[in-house]
Amino acid sequence: MLEIRNLHAGVEGKTILKGVNLTVQRGEVHAVMGPNGSGKSTLAQILAGREGYEITDGEVIYEGKSLLELDPEERAREGIFLAFQYPVEIPGVNSAYFLKAALNEIRKHKGQPDLDAVEFLALVKQKMKLLDLSEDFLKRPVNEGFSGGEKKRNEIFQMAVLEPKLAILDETDSGLDIDALKIVSNGVNKLRRPGHAQLVITHYQRLLNYIVPDFVHVLFDGRIVRSGERQLALELEERGYEWIIRQEPQLV
Amino acid sequence: MIATQPTREMKVTDPYFKHFERFEKTRSTDGPGWLFPMRKAGLMRFAETGFPTLRDEDWRYTNVAPLASLPFKPVFDSASGFPEARSIRPWPLAQSIGCRLVFVNGCLSPDLSLIPDRNGGVKIKNLKAALREDPDFLHAHFSRYAGNGDNSFAALNTAFFQDGAFIHAPAGSGLTEPILLVFLSTATDGGNTSHPRNLIIAEKGSRLAVFECYYSVNDAVYFTNAVTEVVVGDAARLEHGKFQDESSAAFHMASMHAHLADRCDFRSHSVATGARLSRNNIRIKLDGEGSDCILNGLYLTKGDQLCDHHMIVEHAKPHCNSHEYFNGILDGRSRGVFHGRIFVRPEAQKTDAKQTNKNLLLSDDAAANTKPQLEIYADDVKCTHGATVGQLNDESIFYLRARGIPLETARRMLIHAFAGEIIERIQCESVRNELDRLIWERLEQNPQVAAK
Repeated sequence: MLEIRNLHAGVEGKTILKGVNLTVQRGEVHAVMGPNGSGKSTLAQILAGREGYEITDGEVIYEGKSLLELDPEERAREGIFLAFQYPVEIPGVNSAYFLKAALNEIRKHKGQPDLDAVEFLALVKQKMKLLDLSEDFLKRPVNEGFSGGEKKRNEIFQMAVLEPKLAILDETDSGLDIDALKIVSNGVNKLRRPGHAQLVITHYQRLLNYIVPDFVHVLFDGRIVRSGERQLALELEERGYEWIIRQEPQLV
Repeated sequence: MIATQPTREMKVTDPYFKHFERFEKTRSTDGPGWLFPMRKAGLMRFAETGFPTLRDEDWRYTNVAPLASLPFKPVFDSASGFPEARSIRPWPLAQSIGCRLVFVNGCLSPDLSLIPDRNGGVKIKNLKAALREDPDFLHAHFSRYAGNGDNSFAALNTAFFQDGAFIHAPAGSGLTEPILLVFLSTATDGGNTSHPRNLIIAEKGSRLAVFECYYSVNDAVYFTNAVTEVVVGDAARLEHGKFQDESSAAFHMASMHAHLADRCDFRSHSVATGARLSRNNIRIKLDGEGSDCILNGLYLTKGDQLCDHHMIVEHAKPHCNSHEYFNGILDGRSRGVFHGRIFVRPEAQKTDAKQTNKNLLLSDDAAANTKPQLEIYADDVKCTHGATVGQLNDESIFYLRARGIPLETARRMLIHAFAGEIIERIQCESVRNELDRLIWERLEQNPQVAAK
């Protein structure tokens, strides 16, 4: 479904990703872990199409297409979803209006008819239960005045409505207390589908207690230096990132 | 007769004296006895200060020279130029609001006005009638708040005003439906000047919503010089709004002076789309404890328009909140000016004063001048201000695009939202919905909003 090959990228002349290779198949959940500054968020932003990054080498193939040539909105319509680390507050844009516009763009791309107001409302009400959200949420402007936890729940709620093929969760656990973390990860788990995939980006193993990955990758200094199964995350938790770095003499 | 000194500035104000002499001869018997000396004092004040210049700190971004050079033609006769009743239909809000006073070139048009029988005890009439019928009550309030103090235009209005609205909600009375005041110009040639004058009194515990609208029939050069005085009594709730949609060649000077007692809830909106040059002086005195005041403004300008909002909010007593929210969307070579002064007196402890001014520039030649000014003499207060001038936020655009929304739609959504966050604060639903629709249409007409 997603194949990242030898991806080199940076910003303002500074190289951040130095040859990332990663393959994700349908139905899989991958976790990308790494210390601060390793390039985790850069990877997430580049996959979603954030402007301002310079791709110096490599390619990304998504469902047989060259992903990096697509605009952010085209990627979203093709089924890519980024749950933002810092969801943006957009005063004056009503949440329901925004989400309906987004959903209908994606439906149009799939050749499906627009949902009308009644159909849309029925759909979102069902999805709101999943994230334990109250209905007044929809009446509020996008993320405006939301607490950190509400913003993250809103991201997963949008994911539930838009039903992406590939969901990229960028530090979705940051700023969440344990209750909010459970609600959010429970929501993410319920959205798992055989044909869909999830890429979970996190600094801490804590999230992976709730969203259990099939594969774990360690990103360090712009490269994936270790890949393994879930056990790798637990070892990292116990021994810290230093443990891996010391084992890779070429990194020191 | 009025003795004048021939100074340099007097040359500009001379024509005003000539007109006043004529006015004095024909009109000095109009209204109660106390009024004429007040008019005279207004003229003297105007003569003394003259038109402001860029050297004046409060006018440093707004050059009124083109206005000063306009031939001054005050409209004294109400008979001419009245449009037919049906022609009021296309004007925004006039259809949806069932209670309205319509003034044409500053004079009441009884045909176009519509005052329902049941008004919840609120008196709604034109000022001229009120001056005739209730001079003592008016004497206690008229010109007590606007004074002739800090600006010569208010003084000029006092000297020359013809008519305007008088709205009086006695203690405990109230109307849930809004009252609409329409000021229409039918001017066809340069210089016609009207001086609308409004007095709104909401006594203890009353509730009112009053919206002023300024429209024109022709795209002519004329001058509207309006003054509105507002008195908000203890625990009264008053929503006031002004929609300025004058001809794009017009000059519009307006001041709103509000005096707030204890525990009031006062919000005032200023939505400005018209006029070549417009200036809104907004003066608030929070003279009681525990009151809330919201000043909310939106200006859309293009071409060579200049739109200036100049606020002075005076916190004279403790435990009051004042919040100012002004957004501007500027295109062409237009300019937006925001000047917000918050003045906190020593006894006004626990003041919470907030001020934001955001400007969105749609063209490289548009500009915004924003000047917050805090003068705080109390020590236990919370005062904040923030201002932005620039383009749309890239983060917001990316967020919308990352959800599948195309770039153009994302831009439009954000521009509409920028206006929408101000419109949203209008409580009166019919007004909010209609202005929302109207602003949406105006923005959609702008190629800058859809293009790029």
